[in-house]
Amino acid sequence: MNRLIWAAAIAVLVSACGSAVKLDNVPVEDRTGASVSQADGKADGVGQRAVTGVALDNANSSAAMMATSRTVYFDLDSFAIRPEFQPIIENHAKFVKADKNKKVAIEGHTDERGGREYNLALGQKRAEAVRRAMALLGVSEAQMEAVSFGKEKPAVLGSTEAAMEKNRRAEISYR
Amino acid sequence: MLKRRLLILLAGFACLPALAQFRVEVSGVGLTQIPVAIAAFRGEDGAPQKIAGIVQADLERSGQFRAVETGVVALDEGSRPDVSNWRQKGADALVTGSVTRLADGRYDVRMRLWDVVRGQDLGGQSYAVVAGDLRLVAHRVADFVYEKLTGDKGIFSTRIAYVTKVGPSYNLWVADADGEGAQSALNSAEPIISPSWAPNGTQIAYVSFESRKPVIFVHDIASGKRRLVANFKGSNSAPAWSADGKTLAVTLSRDGGSQLFLLDATGGEPRRLAQSSAIDTEPTFSSDGRFIYFVSDRGGAPQIYRMPSTGGNAERVTFTGTYNISPSLSADGKWLAYISRVSGVFKLHVMELSTGTTNAITDTTADENPSFSPNSRLIIYATHQAGREALMTTTLDGKIKARLARQSGDIREPDWGPVQK
Repeated sequence: MNRLIWAAAIAVLVSACGSAVKLDNVPVEDRTGASVSQADGKADGVGQRAVTGVALDNANSSAAMMATSRTVYFDLDSFAIRPEFQPIIENHAKFVKADKNKKVAIEGHTDERGGREYNLALGQKRAEAVRRAMALLGVSEAQMEAVSFGKEKPAVLGSTEAAMEKNRRAEISYR
Repeated sequence: MLKRRLLILLAGFACLPALAQFRVEVSGVGLTQIPVAIAAFRGEDGAPQKIAGIVQADLERSGQFRAVETGVVALDEGSRPDVSNWRQKGADALVTGSVTRLADGRYDVRMRLWDVVRGQDLGGQSYAVVAGDLRLVAHRVADFVYEKLTGDKGIFSTRIAYVTKVGPSYNLWVADADGEGAQSALNSAEPIISPSWAPNGTQIAYVSFESRKPVIFVHDIASGKRRLVANFKGSNSAPAWSADGKTLAVTLSRDGGSQLFLLDATGGEPRRLAQSSAIDTEPTFSSDGRFIYFVSDRGGAPQIYRMPSTGGNAERVTFTGTYNISPSLSADGKWLAYISRVSGVFKLHVMELSTGTTNAITDTTADENPSFSPNSRLIIYATHQAGREALMTTTLDGKIKARLARQSGDIREPDWGPVQK
């Protein structure tokens, strides 16, 4: 259900961007008064073709961004952002810059090997690498917080190399 | 059918303490152990705790004692034992005692320790306690025996803290040093790491992720009152207490990077301890308070360093290997325990600080987070065994180990509490 709402929200966002039409200006025909019988038998005076407008407030659009790609993966023992993740960072930087009230958390993670506290520091380094990349794109430091979960919140359970690759990451998150 | 169910139920109950308690695993030989006989305490069959069994398990876990079979004997603290008979059985010492239920419902526990080699009475103790404190009394008896026979302070009546993860649920536990009598101090749906006992034994500092980032709490375990002491921008972690309990050394990333700060234990504005462009974390105070040992990758790989606890130049402490983390110092100032990665696996190491001599003392491969017992004789640490996380205690030579595992879930992040009055 949530996924559906997000998908719809993204669709609205995407179409809004594409046509450069503000959502408020979308013409909706007023059909009140048309006496068409309702399929469900209700006769409350609202026509079948009526549309309830949804204004996307900040929370909703953050939810939409949460449904986009927001994970940057890292190589073993590395804090360097691989080129293929630059577009993701650019997408989020654009979104955060557009609204000075927007806050974004960048959450660093590691694979399961080694100590919890040292991994927390390594995850912090990954989060800060993404934070710096966003700052280079013009995002204000005041809007960003880089935090770490170390190895405490693996995306994928298991000790295989495939699992560990998925766990060495930074997630861009809106709250 | 009903009867059988009852039997199974009873068997289940009988197993419970065993599952929670540390099981001793002896490896290696040549260790000097004092042979001690612990006679069943008169009247303990009618009491909620079997005192003699708890005392024996405590002493065996220390690695410094070997239990001598007593057979069925009728002795208490008032008996004059036949010392030649006990010497024939191979004992150097004998513990006798009794448990009596008092009119007010409390229990009167009395004990006496005999040197059966010299035929000497080494003294006794008596305690009147509620049923809930009988285990504590047994641990105090073990402490008394330990101190009389070794000259060192016993640590059996101390407590340990650790964290469990069962499914999506995390708990911070406070338990007796033998792993029994665990009580949950905190339950959370988010991770809890790095518990650290305050020197007074009434508070624990730890890192909680309950607000979707690591922040540091100081938690009063008797009242459950928690104080958020570090919630600065970025990550807040690795709390360590100064010996006077007034200051916490912590790792903060509020100015970018993981860096060391000092913080009043009541909170307030942190003071930067050192400045580096590298990771600095896992601070721990030396017992004399002069130094802070910590982990830094300023040389390209994580190594253990130390600096004056007021700040200043850091000197490197570990030189072997490319991954040395999680320093823990013994209270006597002689030993450093830490985790070193050797050939891709993580092992507990112990360094004698005066000589730099270092030994790996486990045969496991994912050791973490060592913590010394307050008498500097044992180390508790986390490891993986049979695919699950478990806690172990070990003697400093690695020869006597005991394992604490749970029926389900993982157990981790141990910290050994101080000796309390």
